[in-house]
Amino acid sequence: MEWASQLCENRGLGSKMTDSKYFTTTKKGEIFELKAELNSDKKEKKKEAVKKVIASMTVGKDVSALFPDVVNCMQTDNLELKKLVYLYLMNYAKSQPDMAIMAVNTFVKDCEDPNPLIRALAVRTMGCIRVDKITEYLCEPLRKCLKDEDPYVRKTAAVCVAKLHDINAQLVEDQGFLDTLKDLISDSNPMVVANAVAALSEIAESHPNSNLLDLNPQTINKLLTALNECTEWGQIFILDCLANYTPRDDRESQSICERVTPRLSHANSAVVLSAVKVLMKFMEMLPKDLDYYGTLLKKLAPPLVTLLSAEPELQYVALRNINLIVQKRPEILKHEMKVFFVKYNDPIYVKLEKLDIMIRLASQANIAQVLAELKEYATEVDVDFVRKAVRAIGRCAIKVEQSAERCVSTLLDLIQTKVNYVVQEAIVVIKDIFRKYPNKYESVIATLCENLDSLDEPEARAAMIWIVGEYAERIDNADELLESFLEGFHDESTQVQLQLLTAIVKLFLKKPTETQELVQQVLSLATQDSDNPDLRDRGYIYWRLLSTDPVAAKEVVLAEKPLISEETDLIEPTLLEELICHIGTLASVYHKPPSAFVEGSRGVQHKRLPARAGSGESTESPDVGQSVSGVSDAPPAVIPSQGDLLGDLLNLDLAPPTTTVPPVPSSMQMGAMDLLGGGLDSLSGSHYRTEVPSPQPADFSERELGGDLGGSPAMGVGVGVGVGVGVGLGPAPVGMPAGLGAAPAVGGGLGDLFDLGGGVGMTSGSYSPPRVVWLQAMKAKGLEISGTFARRGGVIQMDVSLTNKAMSVMSDFAVQFNKNSFGMAPAGPLQVLTPLGPNQTVEVSLPLSSTGPVMKMEPLNNLQVAVKNNIDVFYFSCQYPISLLFVEDGKMDRQVFLATWKDIPSDNEAQFQIKDCHLSSDAASNKLQGSNIFTVAKRTVEAQDMLYQSIKLTNGIWVLAELRIQTGNPNYTLSVKCRAPEVSQYVSQCYELILKN
Amino acid sequence: MIGGLFIYNHKGEVLISRVYRDDIGRNAVDAFRVNVIHARQQVRSPVTNIARTSFFHVKRSNIWLAAVTKQNVNAAMVFEFLYKMCDVMAAYFGKISEENIKNNFVLIYELLDEILDFGYPQNSETGALKTFITQQGIKGQHQTKEEQSQITSQVTGQIGWRREGIKYRRNELFLDVLESVNLLMSPQGQVLSAHVSGRVVMKSYLSGMPECKFGMNDKIVIDKQGKGGASDDAGKSELGGSGKQSIAIDDCTFHQCVRLSKFDSERSISFIPPDGEYELMRYRTTKDIILPFRVIPLVREVGRTKLEVKVVIKSNFKPSLLAQKIEVRIPTPLNTSGVQVICMKGKAKYKASENAIVWKIKRMAGMKESQISAEIELLPTNDKKKWARPPISMNFEVPFAPSGLKVRYLKVFESKLNYSDHDVIKWVRYIGRSGIYETRC
Repeated sequence: MEWASQLCENRGLGSKMTDSKYFTTTKKGEIFELKAELNSDKKEKKKEAVKKVIASMTVGKDVSALFPDVVNCMQTDNLELKKLVYLYLMNYAKSQPDMAIMAVNTFVKDCEDPNPLIRALAVRTMGCIRVDKITEYLCEPLRKCLKDEDPYVRKTAAVCVAKLHDINAQLVEDQGFLDTLKDLISDSNPMVVANAVAALSEIAESHPNSNLLDLNPQTINKLLTALNECTEWGQIFILDCLANYTPRDDRESQSICERVTPRLSHANSAVVLSAVKVLMKFMEMLPKDLDYYGTLLKKLAPPLVTLLSAEPELQYVALRNINLIVQKRPEILKHEMKVFFVKYNDPIYVKLEKLDIMIRLASQANIAQVLAELKEYATEVDVDFVRKAVRAIGRCAIKVEQSAERCVSTLLDLIQTKVNYVVQEAIVVIKDIFRKYPNKYESVIATLCENLDSLDEPEARAAMIWIVGEYAERIDNADELLESFLEGFHDESTQVQLQLLTAIVKLFLKKPTETQELVQQVLSLATQDSDNPDLRDRGYIYWRLLSTDPVAAKEVVLAEKPLISEETDLIEPTLLEELICHIGTLASVYHKPPSAFVEGSRGVQHKRLPARAGSGESTESPDVGQSVSGVSDAPPAVIPSQGDLLGDLLNLDLAPPTTTVPPVPSSMQMGAMDLLGGGLDSLSGSHYRTEVPSPQPADFSERELGGDLGGSPAMGVGVGVGVGVGVGLGPAPVGMPAGLGAAPAVGGGLGDLFDLGGGVGMTSGSYSPPRVVWLQAMKAKGLEISGTFARRGGVIQMDVSLTNKAMSVMSDFAVQFNKNSFGMAPAGPLQVLTPLGPNQTVEVSLPLSSTGPVMKMEPLNNLQVAVKNNIDVFYFSCQYPISLLFVEDGKMDRQVFLATWKDIPSDNEAQFQIKDCHLSSDAASNKLQGSNIFTVAKRTVEAQDMLYQSIKLTNGIWVLAELRIQTGNPNYTLSVKCRAPEVSQYVSQCYELILKN
Repeated sequence: MIGGLFIYNHKGEVLISRVYRDDIGRNAVDAFRVNVIHARQQVRSPVTNIARTSFFHVKRSNIWLAAVTKQNVNAAMVFEFLYKMCDVMAAYFGKISEENIKNNFVLIYELLDEILDFGYPQNSETGALKTFITQQGIKGQHQTKEEQSQITSQVTGQIGWRREGIKYRRNELFLDVLESVNLLMSPQGQVLSAHVSGRVVMKSYLSGMPECKFGMNDKIVIDKQGKGGASDDAGKSELGGSGKQSIAIDDCTFHQCVRLSKFDSERSISFIPPDGEYELMRYRTTKDIILPFRVIPLVREVGRTKLEVKVVIKSNFKPSLLAQKIEVRIPTPLNTSGVQVICMKGKAKYKASENAIVWKIKRMAGMKESQISAEIELLPTNDKKKWARPPISMNFEVPFAPSGLKVRYLKVFESKLNYSDHDVIKWVRYIGRSGIYETRC
């Protein structure tokens, strides 16, 4: 309030009447005085008093105590006074709901006033009073106003429906206002149409599925007509609404685009951006070879450039949007690089955004200009801007190969300036350049090393250490350099520590003779003295890798790294699509979906771009993983002979005696597990890099393990290979009975580690035989059927692949089984939903039940199948492993087992030999359990393990078995006892298959 | 949509506060003050998100205007609205200053009630607003029914920017082609970027509802006519345009009175103008720009404590024309201790507070050149930061359009009243000003 009093002190009461005097108040008894004035008989005095009240309200004073007195002033002919009272009402009605009722009569009366301005004012204000009782009274006047003869009243009433909906949505629906509002879309007055569209859009947003804005070609046509006639704001409402429509085909899409393009010449930037939004969205549907498509692309560039001559705030909004547009359709602005050059007087927020776009537009054609500019920027004052400019130079190098050399020399020039943050930033980007162009620019390493001491930021230090480690063989004093960092190891940030660890291990692998001490030192620093689990885990992994198989270690740590990709900071494609649908809005400014910053139901709806009409091209599909193919290229895991010098050396000196290996803490197990899981995930998953950082720390450590910095997209691959080398797993499919425990001949610490891991989490799955061809195409008019059986979660499944090798389409598949020994029958139809085209294959899992008709087959596990399609019926027979029928609850109680064993006559006992099996008794037991063969008891007699096992078949038959395993003897003896001795033979087959797979 | 609108003075005190949406509380007013106005660091973005509430702000002199929302609003629209709000206020009471805002706070609230409904911008053309909202309070108490409906139909109508029944004894119009020429040149004289952003400002004093058609030497139009064979000479000589050359317009935008679909299809600019002054169009060109001045800088560092600067400017237009208000600004390092300047023409002065040598020349004819040389003495510093060498900037005004734009005609038709195109007195003026006209050194 002080400013108010200061300003008005000099103005006497008799001086010129200006409103600022109302800000003057005597502090004492102010409310009391106002009260008296408000109740004055003189109109002028009343008005003055209300003005004072409003002034107090503005500066945040609580004048709610005056409510009754102010409301009393409402019944007046003086429109100015009335407006002031309304303003007061809107502010305080909610806190004084009972008194606000007093105002209702006046509102209702005003809604009938002959003056349209007063009618509109009343309905406008009433909607802003959020008191339930008042809203009830509002309905009738609102209904009238929606049909008022005057367009000014109608356009105000249209918005009022949205207000009312915000207060009481149910009421609006019950009263049928939504339909009236929909009718207003056909109103003769363009402004009424625009406001109705705005109101409907808002209401529809909070009811995502309401189909409220039932857009169809007729309404779209009405909107497009109104578009030409209404105010600039109305045009924005209509365009934003149009953007939610999905045209039926490319022709409709084109005709809408044609009618929207003139808006690109509007003086209002928001109209232009909203038009751009509609065009960008509908363009998706146009075939690319259409002439109009090219025309449209050309038309988009000039208005976007013009936006850059708007006021700086709008420039900022425009630039944020252009950033999205450039990512979605780079061709639009590819020739417009110059307009994004930074001007000295641009506000910093404009400068930073322009820089971003410059990098995105950089290409071979314009790189010289861009570099000259960037070099200029690197000498500016604003630190953030300079850093970004330096980083941009590095990104240009990665993006435009031809410019790499120039970029590197520019960066070197910048390093010579010795400006601390410039040097550090330059080193960080040079590291990336090395990753992109290995063995090309290493000559600059010497210069980089000179600046080692000036680096004080973790990112720059880590980058430098990475460089030293990676190129250790070319840096004579690499060990000294790294050692100097090691002194303050515990004061470094994690990033630097991890990098230092990796770098020293690399150094050791490259120069083993001189650096043993160093590597010992860093390993013990990392594993014993550090609290950081990531660091410890990585330390252990290296340690064990080095001690068990140094050659493998070399392959893992010094593996050839995949080149880093050009664009590392692109917005993830699905998000980009959504943001394109939000051009011009806050979402496009934040580069976040509305759900990230809007509360409640609004904006939760995700928008998508429409699909291109009539084309099945999937090349634009954003979900295509990039480097999945890289996985299969991973070198096969072979353990080489330990013949070379390095291996010998390590064996002699470094293999840590088991006592020095600290007991593996339980967190270690987890680490190992995660590591494996992560590795496998990255083998199977795609490596598309998103902006979302992985939340799992284990993932992080895994990523960095390969000795890489900067999150290259295919980092996981290195680890996958590493694991493969270590334990002979190779790129095995996820979920296979993990061969971890079976790691042959490793025997060292790492083997133990993974054994543990296997024990913890790897339950091996049930046995499933390899896929075989059951029915050859020649015999079945082109239909080839192959498949296998599996038991998954207690359900027997027949996995069938149907391949159409004929020329015509196959459809109407069905399947039937002949009666069989165990009553197997399809539990459902064969789910082949779409017709099978020539050379197509479809994979189907058919669940089976074992409750069908029974007939003994020969052999017992034979199954006769009939498959029908639109062409003919085909028959084939196949055999399933009887283990399919072993049920999950087949573990017999010990006592019962003993009794049953005795009970079954010894005639029924059959003995089998299982040859060439190298599992320990425990491993065998585990494996068998995966297929529901349960070990009831175990006995060891004279170095011979006896496993007593029980099996229950689906038809309730129990099978008892004794498996004898003698240490050192690869031949097992199996005795099977069953009341149905015919089964025994098949059971023994299963044993053999399970144990050897 | 916009949830609330606040106006603050430079101290962060609230001058105007109007809340439109229930999700915006009083604390939003304080949040903006604390986080933006009183923020220790310079504002890094015109859009600020504080606790899931977004604030858009613009500044006019030392007044802050802030729009607040919790929804995913059309951000471009919010800024356009804030600018419009400034225009409307300026049209009512002149400069936007603390005093003016306080003096007119009732008026501002009234305007805010009218032009923003539930956060949706409504008709904000001052021409229309002034018919029923005035500084003297609201008109409309004693209006006739006809007057009232005329107001409402204008506010909501198709031609919201012009009222009916305007009468002038003398029908007259003024066209100003105002261009600002922007240049960024390398020290070696290479043009890094150059463009002209131009505006055509029209002042019209015409009776009735006149239909106007505006023509200029737009390359696309001229080429089309050339091909058609029949040249449209009607308006050529009328306004004194030579009409020989045509210019390539990169892009243009129009006042909302211009029929955009007609421009899109026929490239003709037709409209019913608002009464009084308004901006008819804006345009941008980048090809064949006449750069009125060339700046040739020479900076030499003599040891660590001295700089020698020599700057030559050359004028590059017809000798018969005169450039005015020429000002060359040569930046000097922060540690400058003294400057000696010698210039051939005009006056030059070292301004320590602005860290620049300012060289002013009142007039200069075309095809001339002039030179300044200066010796800058520096205090020795151990500041590691290099001097950024800001570019040399220039200001000037020339009596032609650097883009080469010429007005070919402006035809006025008013069928209902008895005046014809020939009776309208028309004036055209070209002014080229420097925009950001910089040469790096």
